[in-house]
Amino acid sequence: MQEEDLTITSGKISPTGEFLFQKGIRLSGLLIAGLVVCILITLIFQSIPAFKHHGLSFFFSTKWDPVFSEFGVVVFLVGTLLTSFLALLISIPFSLSISILLGEYLKKGWISAILKSCIELLAAIPSVIYGFWGLYVLVPFIRPFEMGLGIIPYGVGIFTAALILAIMIIPYSASLGREVIQLVPAELKEAALSLGATRFEVMTQVILPYARSGIFAGILLALGRALGETMAVTMVIGNSNFLPESIFSPSNTMASVIANEFTEATGDLYLSSLIEIGLLLFIVSTIISVIGRYIIKKLSIQQQHS
Amino acid sequence: MKKSAIGARIIKDRLFTGIIFAFSAALIIPLIMILSHILQKGASSITPAFLTHLPAPVGEAGGGIYNAIIGTLYLVGLASLLSVPIGMATGIYMSENKNSKLSYFVRICVEVLQGTPSIVVGIITYLWVVKPMGHFSVLAGGIALGIMMLPVIIRSTEETLNLIPHSLKEASLALGVPYYRTILKVIVPSAFSGILTGILLGVARVAGETAPLLFTAFGNPFINYNILKPMASLPLMIFTYATSPYEEWHNYAWGASLVLIGFILALSLITKGVTRR
Repeated sequence: MQEEDLTITSGKISPTGEFLFQKGIRLSGLLIAGLVVCILITLIFQSIPAFKHHGLSFFFSTKWDPVFSEFGVVVFLVGTLLTSFLALLISIPFSLSISILLGEYLKKGWISAILKSCIELLAAIPSVIYGFWGLYVLVPFIRPFEMGLGIIPYGVGIFTAALILAIMIIPYSASLGREVIQLVPAELKEAALSLGATRFEVMTQVILPYARSGIFAGILLALGRALGETMAVTMVIGNSNFLPESIFSPSNTMASVIANEFTEATGDLYLSSLIEIGLLLFIVSTIISVIGRYIIKKLSIQQQHS
Repeated sequence: MKKSAIGARIIKDRLFTGIIFAFSAALIIPLIMILSHILQKGASSITPAFLTHLPAPVGEAGGGIYNAIIGTLYLVGLASLLSVPIGMATGIYMSENKNSKLSYFVRICVEVLQGTPSIVVGIITYLWVVKPMGHFSVLAGGIALGIMMLPVIIRSTEETLNLIPHSLKEASLALGVPYYRTILKVIVPSAFSGILTGILLGVARVAGETAPLLFTAFGNPFINYNILKPMASLPLMIFTYATSPYEEWHNYAWGASLVLIGFILALSLITKGVTRR
């Protein structure tokens, strides 16, 4: 089929086609670069009114009261960091176990095939469905648990959101962790085994130290996802604009407050303050994902050289 | 190490293996819980009428999610139409000019775009499209989803093109085929399955996105084909109905969840079929 194409084309050589193609693909590249630059500029530009109005107090004020035009991001910052890090903390034992299991103990076979499909399935479920499930299955389950602890049984709150987030981010750190564990040279493992080390000792003293930075990158990327996750969190966090008293109280994250209030925002200052939160979220998640990918890139270059 | 310690070491090793297996197996529990719940709740509401009718008002029997199904297909189609040509062209540029300054910069931009939270994409599209136009629209939703698809398509195009052997291109050029025809007729077709995989992955990624649609496509209880008017979509409908106080609407949302998951799973099965070929 290709041969046919070539014979047809051999007759006509068009300099314009060549020119257009070269310019076209270059233009697309420029467009992508322009897109990202414009996103940043738009966000900065649109948050100027808010910044002018409350300046640096935006980053220190714990009050978010649109009625009195008082806007402070601290409540949402605390909510975001608490849910994300709690989710990370819950997810790490699971994702690390799966990485180790699939990367070292069970590289092939039907158990690993099933586990791999399960992880893919978990990654494929849309976040709104996680939120829906969380709201009607997990929340009624959490309530009696909270009652048992002797605290107000909201059901919704930081802990519930973190639990859902943890399930959502496990696939990300687990799949990257598996890849880096598989990259550990066999000679190193064999050397340790031949010295009489048990598998546990090989794991903790050879494989994990070797794969450390890659596992860290996977956790970082999972964190980036957790910070920006919107729908699932919005549905189960309880949407309260006050500083949380404990990890079981309702709260709001940066992403969820935007999702909740953006279409209802009356007045330019209110909208601009929400955009400023968006800008903050954009910058933080960009920094985290760029660092994560930088570590991965460094690892893959190392791998090519060795 | 002392010889007497060997027993303790073996026990530790066994214990570790057990813990690893237990934690890994535990992950299957939430998956089964989620899928079985959706299947159980959703299957009861799915009937032919459910798939071909508009939602009924609260209190009335019948009604369905036809508008959301059409809306999702419409939005995803529009997003692909916008992002596939640009994404493929950028991928070709990056793989053909690996060391140019622009490629280096675009690579960083693609990484940034991939890490951008979906809600931020929603804000941006609202400011760029919805605000100047004055109202929510399918177009805005399509653009938002298109922006989310771009990094996936660019990366997969670039990565697959990098795998095509150089000799193929040289052979074509040696036959006197112009450069642009070599790329379009020889290189891109031989990388077709990889690029298609990328597109399908992109579609699967955005089909379930809700956050960028909240302030762009907005939702609509009726059917609408006008690109400048708001339109429903499955994830948006799930969100609206799930957070509503009505029991019947929750059942709609469970049905819609099952349809959405079925759609995404079908896409990923097709993707697997394409890669295996």
